[in-house]
Amino acid sequence: MIEARQLSFRVRDRELVRSLNLRVRPGEFTAILGPNGAGKSTLLKLLCGQLKPTTGTIFFAGKPLAEWNVRDLAKYRAVLPQQSAVPFDFTALEVVLLGRSPYGDAGSQEALAREALRMTDSEHLADRVVTTLSGGELQRVQFARVLLQIGWKPVSDGRCLMLDEPISNLDPAHQHGALQVARTMARCGVTVLVVIHDLNLAAQYADHVILMKQGAIVAEGAPAEVMTAERIGEVFSVCARITANPLCEAPAVFVELPPR
Amino acid sequence: MSSGIRRRRSLVVVALIVAAIGSVVVGLSLGAVRIPPGEILSILWGKLTGATASGAHDAVLWHLRAPRVVLGLMVGAGLSVAGALMQGLFRNPLADPSLIGVSSGAALGAVFAIVLGGALLPTLPFLHHAGFLPVAAFAGALGVTLFIQRLASTSGYTAVATLLLAGVAVNALVGAVIGFATFLATDAQLRTLSFWTLGSLGAADWAIVGIALPFCLGLVALAPFFAGALNALSLGEAEAAHLGYAVERIKGLIIFLTAAGVGVCVAYTGIIGFVGLVVPHLVRLMIGPDHRWLIPGSALLGASLLVLADTAARVIVAPAEMPIGILTAAFGAPFFLGMLLRQRRKALWS
Repeated sequence: MIEARQLSFRVRDRELVRSLNLRVRPGEFTAILGPNGAGKSTLLKLLCGQLKPTTGTIFFAGKPLAEWNVRDLAKYRAVLPQQSAVPFDFTALEVVLLGRSPYGDAGSQEALAREALRMTDSEHLADRVVTTLSGGELQRVQFARVLLQIGWKPVSDGRCLMLDEPISNLDPAHQHGALQVARTMARCGVTVLVVIHDLNLAAQYADHVILMKQGAIVAEGAPAEVMTAERIGEVFSVCARITANPLCEAPAVFVELPPR
Repeated sequence: MSSGIRRRRSLVVVALIVAAIGSVVVGLSLGAVRIPPGEILSILWGKLTGATASGAHDAVLWHLRAPRVVLGLMVGAGLSVAGALMQGLFRNPLADPSLIGVSSGAALGAVFAIVLGGALLPTLPFLHHAGFLPVAAFAGALGVTLFIQRLASTSGYTAVATLLLAGVAVNALVGAVIGFATFLATDAQLRTLSFWTLGSLGAADWAIVGIALPFCLGLVALAPFFAGALNALSLGEAEAAHLGYAVERIKGLIIFLTAAGVGVCVAYTGIIGFVGLVVPHLVRLMIGPDHRWLIPGSALLGASLLVLADTAARVIVAPAEMPIGILTAAFGAPFFLGMLLRQRRKALWS
């Protein structure tokens, strides 16, 4: 459970997040949606403590984030930031095993690490050097690392998974694969919060969507309630049309640029 | 992490320990006079048992070569471990204490200590204390490290180009100060100044070894405690924080530790370049980038290589002596260029 009250973040004169209240519930897949510059990543960075809010407080499992011991926090919560290069020639397996850092038992968890790699369909990459992986392959390896960090077996202890654009480099099969794993985690009671760009994937996998524009929440709720043609059109400055997804029970969104 | 790589790592570490012992024997044995290993053992045994041996080589071995070899081991290990720590901290294999200006900062501190010491000593007797020089060098190294860290990092990410360019600027500044000193110096003083720019273990004696020992030993002994954090830092500063490391505190401690190690090395041996760059890189090629192995491996290889380089510096132009920095730069600079080309291919620059 993550809760934010009166959250604001200002850089010089620009207010990137404006007095925002929100609650991310356990057992749900929550997606943050919005156009470029809406403040999605900034919000995620605030909620995970990477940025300090200008005003407002963030609570993790009922306790203010600032009062958490970083190591304890790492046992409950895994965060996958947007991609950054790894400068040294670690193997994929070594990178995944870093997920055990908070427990200090990386040496004995190789089998579990391989299982995490299998969950992201990357077991064959285990002995590859990460500096030679493609962007998508590295993203899957990093995803396996955060899975190993908090584990994926169903236990009821308020674990949390925060992902910043985890599928930006993946092909369709692996996009669905990763989101399915995230949804399974949510079904196990994990609080899952994902920043995502693809409206249809969000509609298909999220239980709860948060639609942002200019640092504020425009609407939140179940995908079918939030994603109306008018709202999508207004927030993203497009002409939108919503139909039913023929493959599953979710809205499907089609957009085009408005006529000039 | 197959058992193959584990065995390989153990083998490499054993080989490096053997190499270190071998380099000590070579360093003690070779020089203007050659002392066979058997005689070395009997002289050292005599020292241990307190017997007053009176062999011809007794004084040469005990008062000249032994402290020099021990200082070489410490400085080699210290500079290499400092290099490995900085590369992990700045997330780049090109960070080296001499390239990014930390060694120059230490030299600047030491030169100031000598100049100010000369002027102030009569009025401030406490400056006579032998610890003043390394403390000043430490302050210089710390100042430069903090400065370039502030300069080159923005929101948890270090700009490599800025890092190296800041090093160029600091090195140029120190070059100017030492150049000015050269301009004023007498012929006799000139030789001492080349000591700062090119490095030498020639000043070694047991007193210096005694002062440098706690710094170098401290660096080498404490560095492995940061191995896990440095591995996590390879993924990025935010990632390391999310893995449960108190990143800011760890960064501060590493900077303090490397500055102390580099400071004391430079205070007594001048600027010996490229050791901190080449050694960790060679170790990574042998046993991979895991800092739990990289740090002890770098300490062992650095110790051996510096003792061997110093022996070569003494032997090549005997009975004169070549500054050791000439040797390390001759090997290190082409090496650096090679790594630069490799990094450019990998597009790690940004």
